[in-house]
Amino acid sequence: MPANGTGEDYRVTAAVPATAGLKSVPALLARNASAFGDKAAYREKEFGIWQSWTWSETADEVEALALGLLTLGVNPGDHIAIIGRNRPSLYWSMVATQAVGAVPVPLYQDAVGEEVAYVLDHCQARFIIAGDQEQVDKVLDIQDRLKGLDHIVYLDARGMRKYDHSKLSQFHELQAKGRAQKSSLMAELQARTDALTYDSTCVMLYTSGTTGRPKGVVLSNQNIIETSKNSCEFDGLGAGEEVLAYLPMAWVGDFIFSIGQAYWTGFCTNCPESAGTMMLDLREIGPTYYFAPPRVFETQLTNVMIRMEDAGRFKKWLFHRYMNVAKRVGPQILDGKSVGLGDKLSYALGNLFVYGPLKNTLGFTNVRVGYTAGEAIGPEIFEFYRSLGINLKQLYGQTEASVFITQQPDNEVRPDTVGVPSPGVELKIADSGEVFYRGPGTFVEYFQNADSTADTKDPEGWVATGDAGFIEKDSGHLRIIDRAKDVGKMADGRLFAPKYVENKLKFFPNILEAVVFGNGRDRCCAFINIDMTAVGNWAERNNIAYGGYQELSQHGQVLDMIQRHVEEVNASVASDEMLSGCQIHRFLVLHKELDADDGEMTRTRKVRRRIIEEKFADLIDALYDGSPQISTTTEVTYEDGRKGSISATLELRDAVVVQAQMAAE
Amino acid sequence: MLHSESFVTPDGRTIGPTVMEMKNITLRFGGVVAIKDISFDIREGEIRAIIGPNGAGKSSMLNVVSGFYNPQEGEVWYKGAKRPPMKPYQVARQGIARTFQNIALFEGMSVLDNVMTGRLNHMTSGIFSQALWWGKAEREEVANREAVEKVIDFLEIQHIRKTPVARLPYGLKKRVELARALAAEPKILLLDEPMAGMNVEEKEDMSRFILSVNDEFGTTIALIEHDMGVVMDLSDRVVVMDYGKKIGDGTPDEVRGNQAVIDAYLGVAHD
Repeated sequence: MPANGTGEDYRVTAAVPATAGLKSVPALLARNASAFGDKAAYREKEFGIWQSWTWSETADEVEALALGLLTLGVNPGDHIAIIGRNRPSLYWSMVATQAVGAVPVPLYQDAVGEEVAYVLDHCQARFIIAGDQEQVDKVLDIQDRLKGLDHIVYLDARGMRKYDHSKLSQFHELQAKGRAQKSSLMAELQARTDALTYDSTCVMLYTSGTTGRPKGVVLSNQNIIETSKNSCEFDGLGAGEEVLAYLPMAWVGDFIFSIGQAYWTGFCTNCPESAGTMMLDLREIGPTYYFAPPRVFETQLTNVMIRMEDAGRFKKWLFHRYMNVAKRVGPQILDGKSVGLGDKLSYALGNLFVYGPLKNTLGFTNVRVGYTAGEAIGPEIFEFYRSLGINLKQLYGQTEASVFITQQPDNEVRPDTVGVPSPGVELKIADSGEVFYRGPGTFVEYFQNADSTADTKDPEGWVATGDAGFIEKDSGHLRIIDRAKDVGKMADGRLFAPKYVENKLKFFPNILEAVVFGNGRDRCCAFINIDMTAVGNWAERNNIAYGGYQELSQHGQVLDMIQRHVEEVNASVASDEMLSGCQIHRFLVLHKELDADDGEMTRTRKVRRRIIEEKFADLIDALYDGSPQISTTTEVTYEDGRKGSISATLELRDAVVVQAQMAAE
Repeated sequence: MLHSESFVTPDGRTIGPTVMEMKNITLRFGGVVAIKDISFDIREGEIRAIIGPNGAGKSSMLNVVSGFYNPQEGEVWYKGAKRPPMKPYQVARQGIARTFQNIALFEGMSVLDNVMTGRLNHMTSGIFSQALWWGKAEREEVANREAVEKVIDFLEIQHIRKTPVARLPYGLKKRVELARALAAEPKILLLDEPMAGMNVEEKEDMSRFILSVNDEFGTTIALIEHDMGVVMDLSDRVVVMDYGKKIGDGTPDEVRGNQAVIDAYLGVAHD
């Protein structure tokens, strides 16, 4: 592994000034309504049919809601929380909130009461726009703690008839009220919208945070608009794109894709009918621009492979024959490199028989630009999609950067880097190896948290990412090693980088999640979560009977299988001089899936090490004291917030480690 | 006992006057007396449960209400008029829909098509018009599809809309059956063991759907159920049967304290 750059400064072209007048999202909306008023802006599948709204209809809906918010007495600077699944009405809520000078705060719809209470209380939200009864109930349960709360607006009226409506309004009724008072309120609305500047707050997003309380990241109009403009130009995105909005609205990526870039270019945002129909809707829409975390790509690949196992012999043969062709020449063809005539012909046939139909089934037929980020993606998974001709790329970003820090340009795509700095973004690597950046998307501040702001962002605007990485000398691509604070030293001083090993483990379809321990200790041990889909399917094929997740996870043959995976990873880790100390000596397979509801992961599914270390301290001790098995009881939280507990006896296994090659030649 | 007044429950639902009344029903199969002289009423907008040990005659009772069996003795009064002996399809046209204890769906058809069959009584176009797919038949299909989609949305089964029923797990099949019954827009909904064979989570889902059907559409519901917890939580009034006889009738609390009911469920020592 090459040495880290020290204090190097990778300067890219300076930020392009924004087009005059377009200094807020409502201003972009007005531009879109006049420039492409008849073009579809939003679609949502409802009652089995795709309903659509043009840009001029969207402008009308947003205006009606903004007027409605004025009738409720929204003041400039108020915080309005928005919680629910991806629906056009909730996107309009964000823009209407901005139009009246207030600040939208989208929340994770699956957050439990406690998390919601913290955020609502922290930002002193006066108003809440909720998707349905479930979300309203969540807020009403904690309303005693919300001193600032004034009024709740809800979208789906189902089950809401009997609620006390003194502090509740239905979304469409509020819009109607706004429309009715248009003549008297329009001047006020216009004045508030006109008062928005480049520095006004566009949105406030709470970061999930792998440690501590969530922090409210304040992003200005400049952050969002310039980032959107730059990233659209980087990938040549235009008004003709179709995206499927299915990722949580509280996540910065969804805000950039479904609001920032959509309003900048005027492309169409499609909302699925429900979480369960997302894959079907994806296929019907056929997005041209698509984003998914690695896990979604992994799941889709696992499903394809499981279904191919059930196919007839001829189909299986056809699939494997042409997938081999794709593996060999697909990525080169995608990058526009020349390959032999025979290969070209084979690939064309493969496209006809396998890749085309497969892409159609997956909903990827029209994807021009696809991104994955958030976690490392397995090289095999990455290559699989690229070999089919899908332009899947990686980007590296965070909420504080309005997403984009680095991204991969077309034809420079590799599984092990996260690309070059995004337009306008500067990078530097500190002596400690930590990656710093600054750019047009750099956040304004953490809301009411000057200490954290100062810790993260220095006076010159450089922001610490918290990730350790280095820039490759010849390609200029950034490579991320691990979270800087997770990288540690083992007792004998060797480097400890848990993520590096965990990612290798997670690349096996049977392993969903892994947590490696070893900081300050003499050897590494690991927790493993099995992937229920893959392992369940394997069990079915091998006539292994099991009663549920817990039983399957402790089955002897499953443990054997996981042990083989761990030992393979050890062999691979051993070949890396710097990290050979991170081989896993002992492991256990957890009896429950790590879950955000139990606080073990963030809502974006990142492992919270400290909490896991506390919660499963008994298991970690057992891994290190050599006991062959351990009985444990774990508290779990159900989706409705109730608590329960599960008990299990876990078997602990030793894994073979490879002696590191002493001193490379 | 006939109720003519309406009242509002503590949770805000309106329970109206008696909509259906069973008067001294006796049903025999040869020498076996399945139901012996039973009378009770169902009020508009309420959730009425029929409970009892195995073989008590609960399903037979429901089949009398649905017109599948015609009792040898007794009268069925519906909306203030005595109901003459009827075929089940005639009863269905009067606005009484049901689900079955053993799921009775068309296994080879999609969920959507199955639920569409529930709209049969709302279709009036002739066979020729339907064959040509023109005019009234087309308009009717669109209107019925819309009604069906609302039910699909209500019961949250969008993701299996086009899936053949045979491929669904048991709990979802039960929900599809409820969807088909709801698609008929019934005045009275009869549910024969809606939670049988379900796990706790599925039972909770089904309970939630039953309550929201009653709440949102004001549908009167008569249900048979074995799970006592569910019955006591859901229903406004409960009829208890044992060996074809009515041994209790009242609110869940009244029934819970009824000695005859306790004996029927827990058994009594015989000297």
